[in-house]
Amino acid sequence: MAEADAAAAVALLALPHLDAAFNLARWLVRDGALAEDVVQDALVRALTYAPSFRGENPRAWLLQIVRTVAYDTLAARPRRRESPLDDGMASELVDPGDDPEMALARNEAHATLAAALGALPADLREVIVLRELEEMSYRDIARVVQVPIGTVMSRLWRARQALMQTAGRGQA
Amino acid sequence: MTDADRCGEMHLLLQAELDGEISAAEAAGLAAHLASCADCRHVQAELRTLTASLRAELPRYPAPPRLRAALSLRGHRAAAVTRLRWWPSAAGFAAGVGVAAAVMLTVLPTPPGDTLATAAVAGHIRALQLDHLIDVPSSDRHTVKPWFDGRLDYAPPVRDLAAQGFPLAGGRLDYLAGRPVAALIYRRDRHVINLFVWPAPGASPASERSLNGYNVVSWQEEGMRFLAVSDLNAPELDHFAELWHQAEP
Repeated sequence: MAEADAAAAVALLALPHLDAAFNLARWLVRDGALAEDVVQDALVRALTYAPSFRGENPRAWLLQIVRTVAYDTLAARPRRRESPLDDGMASELVDPGDDPEMALARNEAHATLAAALGALPADLREVIVLRELEEMSYRDIARVVQVPIGTVMSRLWRARQALMQTAGRGQA
Repeated sequence: MTDADRCGEMHLLLQAELDGEISAAEAAGLAAHLASCADCRHVQAELRTLTASLRAELPRYPAPPRLRAALSLRGHRAAAVTRLRWWPSAAGFAAGVGVAAAVMLTVLPTPPGDTLATAAVAGHIRALQLDHLIDVPSSDRHTVKPWFDGRLDYAPPVRDLAAQGFPLAGGRLDYLAGRPVAALIYRRDRHVINLFVWPAPGASPASERSLNGYNVVSWQEEGMRFLAVSDLNAPELDHFAELWHQAEP
């Protein structure tokens, strides 16, 4: 019964953060189906770690596990062709309120920034995802990524420098 | 220290300021530097633009529904009807449980005997989520009871349990067991109790069950079926049912 309790508790604990978990996995492995596998595996692993959870910040706890599984998954797979925009993402982003020209311009901007982020090394990409999309604090990012806060800051800065260069080129 | 070193140091502070992670002392130093450094002011503007663009334009991929469903199902199968006693009591968790339970209810196969309780829990969650808990807000049963006149083909009993620590918060029209029913809303501290009431023949003592973290107590008396749903703990919800049973009509 204790095991069943733990499994149910982990499921309930994880559900509110499932989008954050999937988003991180998706940005790390850059493939929807693979990201789904990563989150599934992470949830199973979370069950193993459940006794270690003490009720503080379930999101950071879950994302730390997701990240670990994502890196394990990438390491175990043969190198794939890198194609961060191969899933029709750009077309999904069209805001139906825009006229076609604006939509096109917007999509190009999306594609540029999203592609630039997708092309960054994973250790820079993940801090941007955690900071800008999940809006996590340095402390929580440090927990997820398992590095000191100073390292989070320097990685964020390097990632932003790279993205600002891309954005600058896009405007030119 | 050269100007370049100085600016390099300021870049991390600019970033910390952007991310809301700067201390007051650092902010003062940064402001002083920015006043005299056009380059750093430019970097600051660029950083802000970048963050705004990233947040506006990057896709945040939502979890696929089947992943969510699988997770819900796993939680349910593992623990069928189990109370999660070690659950942390932070408010955020209460919200999480609500969402989790709502999701579970949409995907779970339901044992036949639990259909009603499941529907009642779903009604409870729906009312909380849609912020449509109460149609007639009143702690006065003489206001709540007449409100149902003309809205239902029966007059639900409404009792005042404020003195016993379960103040009435109001009433709502809901739909359960294939018919419109009265939902009476009581509170216990920060918990909400939905008491569904509709006509049913016979009498039966209170029976309780737990569904996805919610407790459900049902009983029949005075030609009415009563079904109380809450995230309140089971003993207190039982107590509520007992008080209702004993209270003056």
